[in-house]
Amino acid sequence: MHNPQLNRNGELIHLLSIDGLPPLVITQILDTAASFMEVSARDVKKVPLLRGKSVFNLFFENSTRTRTTFEIASKRLSADVINLDINRSSTAKGETLLDTIDNLCAMHANLFVVRHASSGAPYLIAEHLQRIGRDDVHVVNAGDGRHAHPTQGLLDMYTIRHYKQDFTRLRVAIVGDILHSRVARSDIEALTTLGVPEVRAIGPETLLPKHLDKFGVAVFHDMNEGIRDCDVIIMLRLQNERMAGALLPSAGEYFRHYGLTPEKLALARPDAIVMHPGPMNRGVEIHSAVADGPQAVILPQVTFGIAVRMAVMSIVAGN
Amino acid sequence: MPPLPSPLPDVEIQCRQLADLIRPHLDRQPALIGIFSGGAWIAGRLKELLGLPEDIGLIDVSFYRDDYAAKGLHPRVKPTVIPFEVEGRHLILVDDVVYTGRTTRAALNELFDYGRPASVALAVLADRGGRQLPIGAAYCVWNVALGDGESLELCRLDDGRLAWRLENA
Repeated sequence: MHNPQLNRNGELIHLLSIDGLPPLVITQILDTAASFMEVSARDVKKVPLLRGKSVFNLFFENSTRTRTTFEIASKRLSADVINLDINRSSTAKGETLLDTIDNLCAMHANLFVVRHASSGAPYLIAEHLQRIGRDDVHVVNAGDGRHAHPTQGLLDMYTIRHYKQDFTRLRVAIVGDILHSRVARSDIEALTTLGVPEVRAIGPETLLPKHLDKFGVAVFHDMNEGIRDCDVIIMLRLQNERMAGALLPSAGEYFRHYGLTPEKLALARPDAIVMHPGPMNRGVEIHSAVADGPQAVILPQVTFGIAVRMAVMSIVAGN
Repeated sequence: MPPLPSPLPDVEIQCRQLADLIRPHLDRQPALIGIFSGGAWIAGRLKELLGLPEDIGLIDVSFYRDDYAAKGLHPRVKPTVIPFEVEGRHLILVDDVVYTGRTTRAALNELFDYGRPASVALAVLADRGGRQLPIGAAYCVWNVALGDGESLELCRLDDGRLAWRLENA
């Protein structure tokens, strides 16, 4: 199968999804991120790798946190960062996505960080760049539709490895709206690639995709049952717009069944870690006592995320 | 410059010779920083031989290399660890071989992101000439000529001892 993320030598030139990444490439990203953690702890939080390079943040969909962490990561690599306000730009005037890309290439862009509501938009850009012979320009997917959010998946793997070291003995539960979650999809792909023997999906039937078992994922509708003896619990944000539809009765009802409370957490292993990609809804998917408790690693995830994005950008831009 | 001897010199003896060169200057209380991977091993051995109480620094120059644009990021980057204040210290940067001087340049740039040292001296086991930058080793125990495709690699054996290996490109 054609995999536009890798060049002929199997090196990473774009990061579009976890799907199709060899385990060695994932491990290389995580190892490199460990070195960037040290850079972020210095007084001078900067290395010269991307000096003189231009990183364009193209966020066709709103996201303050992901955009900010990519911006920080770019600046710590010494790149120049340009944030495009897409809603007010040419796209709003009718310019096509690929025309926008061509224009930015004419401004000597080196790397695009792309978030788009349509699944596959970053692929479209990567394939376009290949077609026009711009193998010096790279694409990093910062979330496309329901498809993938690979840097979140990678930072989640970094977090798990940091606290649990070995992937091959873990029981990992992902809880919530897995159907609409690109984070869940990227996490499942990464966990499977890295050899996690037991991945569980927990949520109401209306929020779980069909055929999860084909990916080796065990499905639970009862959270007390699903969370039992887990080493890692990944909570997903319940998007407010789901409440408006017929998928869920109410936020209170959801919290009763699928909110992570101290009582439910007690069913997991005593050293289990609790993760959340943010922003979290306290009292909807997670109880404050858990979010602020000793097992939560939600803020370290944010710190790791910058190092992981530095690793991804410096690897793709160098290949 | 003398040609390559056979067999290659004993690394432990060379480390002792290097320690003997550094010992007269210990009154400045220098801190050792080894460049991954060979330099880090040698710096660790020098610390023992010189009886220095302080942990050594370890530096990986991958983020500062000047060939990133041509070669990309090294696939196995190690975290740099500098467990002491660089500001105002006399530093001894330790590497196995000095050649073009570009690795030393990258290490200097990285060190200065930690602070302004009082001085930096370079200590190496081997100097093979071929410098492309104005860099010299203050402490060196072996001057050796190598062919263009040849390189000297320091490796650590299973029993922990260090040994030279000649590589041909």
